[in-house]
Amino acid sequence: MTSLQLPSGAPGARILGFGSYRPRRRVTNDELAQTMDTNDEWIQGRVGIAERRWAAPDETLVEMSVAAGGKALAASGLDAGDIDLVLLATTSPPTAIPGLAPRIAHQIGVPRPGAFDVNAGCAGWCYALSAAADAIRSGSARHALVIGGERLTDYTNLDDRATAVIFADGAGAAVLGPSDEPAVGPVVWGSDGDLHEAIAIPEGEAGMSMAGQAVYRWATTKLTDTLVEAMRRAGVGPEDIDVFAPHQANLRIIELMAKRLKLPERTVIARDVVTSGNTSSASVPLALAALVESGEAKTGDVALLLGYGAGLTFAGQVVVLP
Amino acid sequence: MSEDIQTGLAEILEEVAGVAPADATPEKSFTEDLDVDSLSMVEIATAVEDKFGVAIPDDELGNIKTVGDAISFIQKNQ
Repeated sequence: MTSLQLPSGAPGARILGFGSYRPRRRVTNDELAQTMDTNDEWIQGRVGIAERRWAAPDETLVEMSVAAGGKALAASGLDAGDIDLVLLATTSPPTAIPGLAPRIAHQIGVPRPGAFDVNAGCAGWCYALSAAADAIRSGSARHALVIGGERLTDYTNLDDRATAVIFADGAGAAVLGPSDEPAVGPVVWGSDGDLHEAIAIPEGEAGMSMAGQAVYRWATTKLTDTLVEAMRRAGVGPEDIDVFAPHQANLRIIELMAKRLKLPERTVIARDVVTSGNTSSASVPLALAALVESGEAKTGDVALLLGYGAGLTFAGQVVVLP
Repeated sequence: MSEDIQTGLAEILEEVAGVAPADATPEKSFTEDLDVDSLSMVEIATAVEDKFGVAIPDDELGNIKTVGDAISFIQKNQ
């Protein structure tokens, strides 16, 4: 049997910089209450969202992703020509064909990278982060741009108070490169496909539907174990976590998870959902970018990440922040 | 038996939703009288499952409207 040659790869991968794009238009709960039967107290009490960003027609998924990706590239200190892998995690492309990663890469000026879209629901960015880190470690890529971008309002019935108050738009991104010290921990990922109907656009319908109680139960009972396992496999414990940045779906889920993990007082908890709403696969990089920009997250901080959502899918990992 | 269940349920209601134990009487509606929202109902259900060893599927959860409904569900399924 012929033995094939493999590249030597890198000991580990590291995030080199973040970038984000938030749509210009802020939509407050009071604004939504003018057109649907809801109110600020109800929304904040259920999901903890005070306002969200909705994209204008010119803020397309490609434009937002290009903006976030370009900023991440600038923050990394690399040139577009250094990137050889571009991933777009999204659940809300305007059409099924083609995938958008090649076009986004082209617009950023990345020459002929490996490029593909990842649809793993709201876990998409954490799935893509792991795929990119593994590609760098195996030698399939040297530097990767991992974008999470969404225009969920395209797939939300904006008159439906159950979903319109939750979903929003935006893009976040990170650039990864090789590292002698591993700074992207092993992923703990999986799926519960028996719950595929819990978050879905039913066939023949235009808008997303969500079985809120079922998803809440799943998130608050099954995913703590994922987070604990992600820390164990990375060789860290709750006391080591400087930043906790789970998917920004619902503030109550975030607070419950933080409580169950017994994270120390000093841990910075991402609460970007309050001002950004649920941006699916954009939520984790948007939250991380905001914490890095504000200085709440510092270079060398250990961050525990978790994506989870439609599929149902989940992925958790520990990373060291740039 | 049902007193034990009512006491255990009252403890869960206090812990999850801040309901005073004296208010957790069988005729009370979770949403109307005790101000428990749909997501807190899920937390109550999972706590009841752990405490009483019963399974409350999501479609059953919608039928449990009062403290008394919860007590009889636990009694029937324990």
